[in-house]
Amino acid sequence: MFSTEQTCWFVRKVICWRAAASTAWAVLLLGPITAALVILGRFSLFHPIQTISECLSLLTSASAVFSLILLCGVILMIGFLNLEYYTVIPTIACSKIALLGQLLHPRQLVNSAVHCVMGIVVAWCCAITIGGRYETLGYTCPQSDGDSSSQMCLNEYHLILLLAGAFVGLSYSLLGVIHNMNYISFHTVQQYKYLRFKGALPLVVKCSATQALYSIRNFIVVYFFLGYIPKAWFCKTLNLYLNSSVHPLDSIAGLLDLSLVYHLWISASFLLFTWHITLVLFRIFVTELYSFPVQSSFTEDAHQCLAKVLNEKQPMILKFLALQDLALLSQHSPSRRCQVFSLSQPGGHPHNWNAISKECLSMLTDLTQRLVAYHDTVATNGRAKSLSTGSERKTSSETSVTSGTEDLMSPRPTLLMKTPASVFARSVVGTPRTPLTAPFTPDLDSPFASPALRRLTAPVEQCSPWFGTVQSPHVMRRGPKLWSTSTDSQVNGSPQSSPASVPSPKQEPSKPSLLAQFLQNRKEQVKNFLAKRVLIMYLFNKLPEASSQALFADSQAHIWALEGLSYLVQASFSEDQFGVVQTALPSILSCMLVLQEAVDRHFKLPHASSKPVRSTGSMGDSTHKTLRFALRATLKTAIYRITTTFGDHLNAIQMSAEHRKRLQQFLEYKE
Amino acid sequence: MCSLALFPPPLPSGQTTLCESNNELLSGTTTEDQLKQSLKLHSRTESSSKAAFLDHSETLWMRSCLYILSCALVVPKWLSMSSGCILALLQKVSSFHGSLFPHLTLSSEDMIAEFSQVLNWSDCVVRAFAWHPHTDKFAVALLDDSIKIYNPKSATTPTLKHRLQRSVAAVQWKPLCASALAVACQNCLLVWHVDPCSLSTRPSSGCAQVLSHPGHSPVTSIAWSPSGSLLVSASPMDTAMMVWDVASESCVPLQRVGGGGVSFLSWSPDGSHVLASTPSALFRVWETRMWTCERWPCVKGRCQSGCWSPDGSRLLFTVQGEMVIYALTFTDTPGVGLCGGPQAAAVVADLSETTFNTPDGDIIVGGEIQSLAWDSTGERLAVLLKGDPHAADRPAIIAVFKTRTSPIFELLPCGFVQGERGAEPRLMQFHPSFQHGALLTVCWSSGRITHVPFYFLSAGVPHCGLSGSPSLPRPQTVPADFANQSLFTELMS
Repeated sequence: MFSTEQTCWFVRKVICWRAAASTAWAVLLLGPITAALVILGRFSLFHPIQTISECLSLLTSASAVFSLILLCGVILMIGFLNLEYYTVIPTIACSKIALLGQLLHPRQLVNSAVHCVMGIVVAWCCAITIGGRYETLGYTCPQSDGDSSSQMCLNEYHLILLLAGAFVGLSYSLLGVIHNMNYISFHTVQQYKYLRFKGALPLVVKCSATQALYSIRNFIVVYFFLGYIPKAWFCKTLNLYLNSSVHPLDSIAGLLDLSLVYHLWISASFLLFTWHITLVLFRIFVTELYSFPVQSSFTEDAHQCLAKVLNEKQPMILKFLALQDLALLSQHSPSRRCQVFSLSQPGGHPHNWNAISKECLSMLTDLTQRLVAYHDTVATNGRAKSLSTGSERKTSSETSVTSGTEDLMSPRPTLLMKTPASVFARSVVGTPRTPLTAPFTPDLDSPFASPALRRLTAPVEQCSPWFGTVQSPHVMRRGPKLWSTSTDSQVNGSPQSSPASVPSPKQEPSKPSLLAQFLQNRKEQVKNFLAKRVLIMYLFNKLPEASSQALFADSQAHIWALEGLSYLVQASFSEDQFGVVQTALPSILSCMLVLQEAVDRHFKLPHASSKPVRSTGSMGDSTHKTLRFALRATLKTAIYRITTTFGDHLNAIQMSAEHRKRLQQFLEYKE
Repeated sequence: MCSLALFPPPLPSGQTTLCESNNELLSGTTTEDQLKQSLKLHSRTESSSKAAFLDHSETLWMRSCLYILSCALVVPKWLSMSSGCILALLQKVSSFHGSLFPHLTLSSEDMIAEFSQVLNWSDCVVRAFAWHPHTDKFAVALLDDSIKIYNPKSATTPTLKHRLQRSVAAVQWKPLCASALAVACQNCLLVWHVDPCSLSTRPSSGCAQVLSHPGHSPVTSIAWSPSGSLLVSASPMDTAMMVWDVASESCVPLQRVGGGGVSFLSWSPDGSHVLASTPSALFRVWETRMWTCERWPCVKGRCQSGCWSPDGSRLLFTVQGEMVIYALTFTDTPGVGLCGGPQAAAVVADLSETTFNTPDGDIIVGGEIQSLAWDSTGERLAVLLKGDPHAADRPAIIAVFKTRTSPIFELLPCGFVQGERGAEPRLMQFHPSFQHGALLTVCWSSGRITHVPFYFLSAGVPHCGLSGSPSLPRPQTVPADFANQSLFTELMS
């Protein structure tokens, strides 16, 4: 799928090998799991000895070996899909329609189709191993019209098993999207791979069994209603007949066969278990700690150094593993910390420390800006509503369902044209973008996300006929009243700084043309019409707290950056011989304090501090749902770590009065 | 070898230990007017009508099912026979399991009392006590299942109550945090977030995070990592020890076979090791980097208590049924991991019974050890001796040792800490950040909490810090002029 030149050395040398090792282990484990399936599938209570002998003879038969080889192929395929589709930053759908978009993404469709086919293959192997009435698709039966000659009839038991496999495979793939199964989370507790696997095993068994149960229940319902379609299709294409003397299975009596349900469940559990095992092994292998050299003695290895690797943007897994390594080395290994604090040999520059601290700080600043921008849109939105002149209403529907609908009903002609951020405008226009979910995830990249960007887009908008309707004095006056001084001074309605966005308000009313008016009215009618439909509202309403989750989706990196920085600063108190950390201490502290303020503000928003429901019964990782809480706790701990280490020495640091006040709170343990 | 015979004799009754200064323990008579507030008020749970009702654990649905089954259906004979057989078999198996691990048959209250660090936990007014690791505030869990937080700098004393907060076995403040307090309860763990600036005296139960895991109850011991990132919890019913990421409320069970549960946890101050003792004659020392463990089988009984030296290199522990303190030394060799540890534990102190002649008659001191506490400078070690509650001449008493960890480990007698007449020490803890030496806080059976300061100049800390250090609120029991004599302590130590 990827060419060798383009991929990073890390993916080539490490990730691929880790994925291969995990798949190899999964293949090795297939043998015992299949043996368990054979025993469970053929078990009969009253003939235990006979069962065992039958199982032994089956396991050595040629068909069993063939199906085992097939299963190995399936596992290899699943392992490959895991490697292709894994991500360290979860994609979080902010509304139902976004989730639907994810499900219907071509990439995902391919994934589902492959899983479906794999499900059929596994089910066929199960049919072979369970044997008995499930073994073949066709069998000879006497002709229905009383003739002595026989014909080939469709074995519905075999068919239902195959269809169940396809259904379970499909639902595995779809549930994978809903539960973010391809998201790989990193554990806070480091353990050896074997112990981690052992610890995960009971959960895998439980999950597979329960999920198989639910899938089979759903499948039986589906088969009861729609089972005649595949049955007829198979009969037609394969020229088979239906045996009228046998009871059809898509009836209540047919589906109440307990042994059939048991076998369906066993094979579905087997399928899910092997796939889950592959997934768990992949997760364990990929997230294993990788130790990057802090300093390399050879120039050809220089690109593998921690400082270089941290600055790379792609692939994300490399960056994450590097940050994890940084967090752990800063905590545990004094010798590697010493390398970080060391000076370069000719020149005497602390290159390592500079690169590491710069990258960490830029990540934290980035997060701060993201939070400020988000808060800004939400806050301005709130104010705009009260003044009824707002321009960005993109989050109004998110705050609550009722307010969203009320908003949509109320006629507000001036602003409806100016809502490119609104999901409705996009959906009406109906131009799906290449990343299908982009319009629905919190549009930080949209021009209305941050004041700075808004200014940039202002000249373009001026050309549009309805430009002036937005630039009402209220909007102009409403500058981002936030703490970031740079934006504050610029946007605060001062004409000098943003000349492009200050057309004189007097000439505006004449501008909107008749055509624009007409279009506007049309659009609003459509919108009002749509808003009254429950289904549409259901699809488009933002899920509560999803935007908050999406905002912190990659916060594991920030958590490590905070930990790494704070531990390094703590260690520098006694280990830093040349004082390289001291120079960066003011910027580190102010960066953390600004972030702390931004995070505090964010948690005051509705839904931000509400705890997500914990789902224990699924294989999907729900760590991403609580990353914001983890980030908040880590941030506080990081600041406390620095303040407790340095104590009153911090008073000697140059700092703004506001930050000093905040730091004093930390020094007195009042945060 | 250090024996109790080298100790100065216990004080005559009526005298209480006030403080240590100039290398000796000073005593005096307490007068009642010094008392501001007694916790005896909270000693009894408010008269509840719980006893009048039967406890129903089945849901309504289950009960109705059972009712229908018992009334409507006539159970076939073979079914009742076979189910009776299965039931008997299950009981046999569980009783066999119980005979392997006798503690499993205890009720949860008894189990907490058995494994708690508090002497006679079940009737103790103060069930748990915790100093904040960085500031002068502490949390006290009381018999009525409420927790009070005392802070000398604020006038309010918040009272924490929660529906699930029952039978508190341990409390601990989160390090590197001002507000988080973990509470080990009967059925779950609670993590309270008590805003230190808030004026509210009754924080709502929304301030508490509930952490629970099926099968993990009652929780008898908890320990925060010194870096404040993780919390471990232990239950004698559960063979797995839980490592919690509190912010995301997720846990990683660390399961090891053997022992039948985990009863006591202690995280070393440098964060590198965790002591986990089990209800049987076995304890484990976990290494916290990759979470592997070392098994330490004991000869006689379970590990009752343990404490770490401040640098995390030395572990002192006591074993139930023995009257000695053992020491284990861990050399931190990078790369080798834990294997660089010792092969056997060394006996460092023998606390067998010794008779002292006092004016009030002979007093026998010594015996089994309830708990150990080591102060954060590593210079004072307090040992709570169980004594015998039925014999008047064998009281529970706290023996304090002077210790030195470098260059070699040394143990010297310091003296006994005694309370007023009839009061028996139940629980003790050192203040983690006392500036002038060590401050031992003792909770007595009378519901009184006293602070006993030990004034000395620590060998490891630069001495110039004494005059410049912020003055602490002086404990009430200390006369004012002792602070002036600290120079003597410096000379003599």
